[in-house]
Amino acid sequence: MAENKIAISVNNVSKDFVLPHEKVDSVKSIFVNPFYKRGHSEAQHALKDISFDIHEGEFFGIVGRNGSGKSTLLKIIAGIYQPTKGNLSVRGRLVPFIELGVGFNPELTGRENVYLNGSLMGFSTKEVNAKYDAIVDFAELKRFMDQKLKNYSSGMQVRLAFSVATILADSDVLLIDEVLAVGDADFQRKCFDYFRKLKKNKKTVVFVSHDMNAVREYCDRAVLIEGSELILEGKADKIATAYTKMFIEQAEDAKDTKQDGRWGDERAVFESVKLSSKKLTNADKTLSITTTAVVNEDIENPILGFSIKNAGGMQLMGTNNKIKKQNLPNMKKGDHISVTWKVPNVFTDGKHYVDIAIVYRDGSTIADWWEESVAFNTLQEENTPYVVTPPIELEIHSKRGRAQ
Amino acid sequence: MIRRLLQRYRYSVILLKQLVITDFKLRYKGSFLGYVWSLLRPLALFAILYVVFVYFLKIGADIPHYAVYLLFGVVLWNYFTEVTSNGLSAIVGKGDLMRKLSFPRYVIVVAGSFSALINLGINLVVIAFFMVINGVPFTWELLWVIPLIIELFIFSLAIAFLLSALYVKFRDINYIWEVVLQGGFYATPILYPISLVINMSEVAAKLMLLNPLAQIIQDIRFVAVTPATITTASVFKDGSLLPLVPYLIVIVSATVAVIYFRKKAPNFAEDI
Repeated sequence: MAENKIAISVNNVSKDFVLPHEKVDSVKSIFVNPFYKRGHSEAQHALKDISFDIHEGEFFGIVGRNGSGKSTLLKIIAGIYQPTKGNLSVRGRLVPFIELGVGFNPELTGRENVYLNGSLMGFSTKEVNAKYDAIVDFAELKRFMDQKLKNYSSGMQVRLAFSVATILADSDVLLIDEVLAVGDADFQRKCFDYFRKLKKNKKTVVFVSHDMNAVREYCDRAVLIEGSELILEGKADKIATAYTKMFIEQAEDAKDTKQDGRWGDERAVFESVKLSSKKLTNADKTLSITTTAVVNEDIENPILGFSIKNAGGMQLMGTNNKIKKQNLPNMKKGDHISVTWKVPNVFTDGKHYVDIAIVYRDGSTIADWWEESVAFNTLQEENTPYVVTPPIELEIHSKRGRAQ
Repeated sequence: MIRRLLQRYRYSVILLKQLVITDFKLRYKGSFLGYVWSLLRPLALFAILYVVFVYFLKIGADIPHYAVYLLFGVVLWNYFTEVTSNGLSAIVGKGDLMRKLSFPRYVIVVAGSFSALINLGINLVVIAFFMVINGVPFTWELLWVIPLIIELFIFSLAIAFLLSALYVKFRDINYIWEVVLQGGFYATPILYPISLVINMSEVAAKLMLLNPLAQIIQDIRFVAVTPATITTASVFKDGSLLPLVPYLIVIVSATVAVIYFRKKAPNFAEDI
């Protein structure tokens, strides 16, 4: 393969942040307390002895939890931080895409900001001139380019920033932080289209994320950073699976229920919610959710329901007994009621939360609404990057064609 | 290696150019007269100084073209103030940028000094206009102004570099610097002729003239306004090495500034 040239080489990189116990940030403290022993500080190891190579034309993922050190690593690759130990070498021009629209000034016009932002990325006026029309077209902001940026809507600003970065950054190496993938659905689609284009054009891309679906879809290879150390390097799929597994194994049950997301007039309240399993695999065909509620004051035919959302907060499914056309009885004070839902296991890998609720018959008042009452994790053998992974059967019929 | 150096240099030039342009554009953004202010401001200031010092206080009546003499002092001092104050907050003020992009850090400080240089240029044009009105003779000697301005540029930039890097760690520097500038303004012969000080204490005058700013201001007055100006070189005896002290100060501060800034610059992103 021609893509075996190394684009970025990270060699034994360590990074310590010095956290002084008493920060000396005023001249006064030197005078006031000249004998105070300075250097009384603590080093925090953000990265320990990290080494890996990224080849030219590779879409490379850096995966890890919050605080694992992955963003520090990206900043070191971008040259914003200096490694405490070790070194790294980058071949070709590198455009850090840590954030969009860095250096945008609200007092300047859209046009002026394009040139300013371009220069921050190292593009001369001439280079920006050549691509200016393409940038404006892509952003769909032709009429607004001579207006000040402060008069732009935030959506327009993001569009402008994104097109400057996209059209200009025709560089050898791109660094993309996950912050890029925020914004409205339309903008996200544009981001992902752009990723696909990068991949097609064989750009070297370093992509930091904890969205395993995106990692599986775009990355060729990845590294998993945990506790400041590189613990695994390999094919993106392998890394994504390892990451998800790590999450499930370390997920503590105590943290799975949330009490502050709960409200209602407490005419009836949930006593317990139980799942058939908190770790779903392909062996589990269904997930049973059993909720038990106690009635504090008489309530007529209440409605009891649930919904399930994924880690991204997207509501995937849910129902209630009214939709199922099965009325609950009139209930008196002290009654208990238990309801079991049998949900087909169509979940994609990752953490899911169950929201449950009891409301009055007419839906007007909430008796008890409990968000994220319980959580479970899924780790399927057959996983997809989509929000659900229902069992889909595949039939292949092939017929040999006549030779031409 | 050379290609990489060129690449690095190219980035700095592009960035420097754009930052200076942006700064100039932003300066008078939203004001009705816009760029005209860069001419009007010094003109108005000069008019006030002229009235106060030449008609009311009548200091320096013995110096020919005292108005122009005064203007040079004020303009050169203002340049120093602008560069060092811009420089002081240059790094910390752009902290957000530092944490998100890797670019040659020194460019930001240099850009601030170029913006001030543009202002100085405009002011010097206004002074030239006053020189014509005042009937100050133009001579070839005037060309000495160029190396002197270069000396001023280097000295101001050196101090700006030092302050910008120090301010990252010590946030009191801006208050201290304000006081230093106030004191410096009166310790430098700007508003009054140095002959006033000589009459009181010759030692004090000699000490004052060792300050590079005093040396530069007096030398520029000497070559541009009148050879009657007392300069650093003229207060000391022939053969004395003391007149070299201001240049030494410039060289030492430039060296210290470059070393200190280069040492600190890689860590700006995390220290801010």
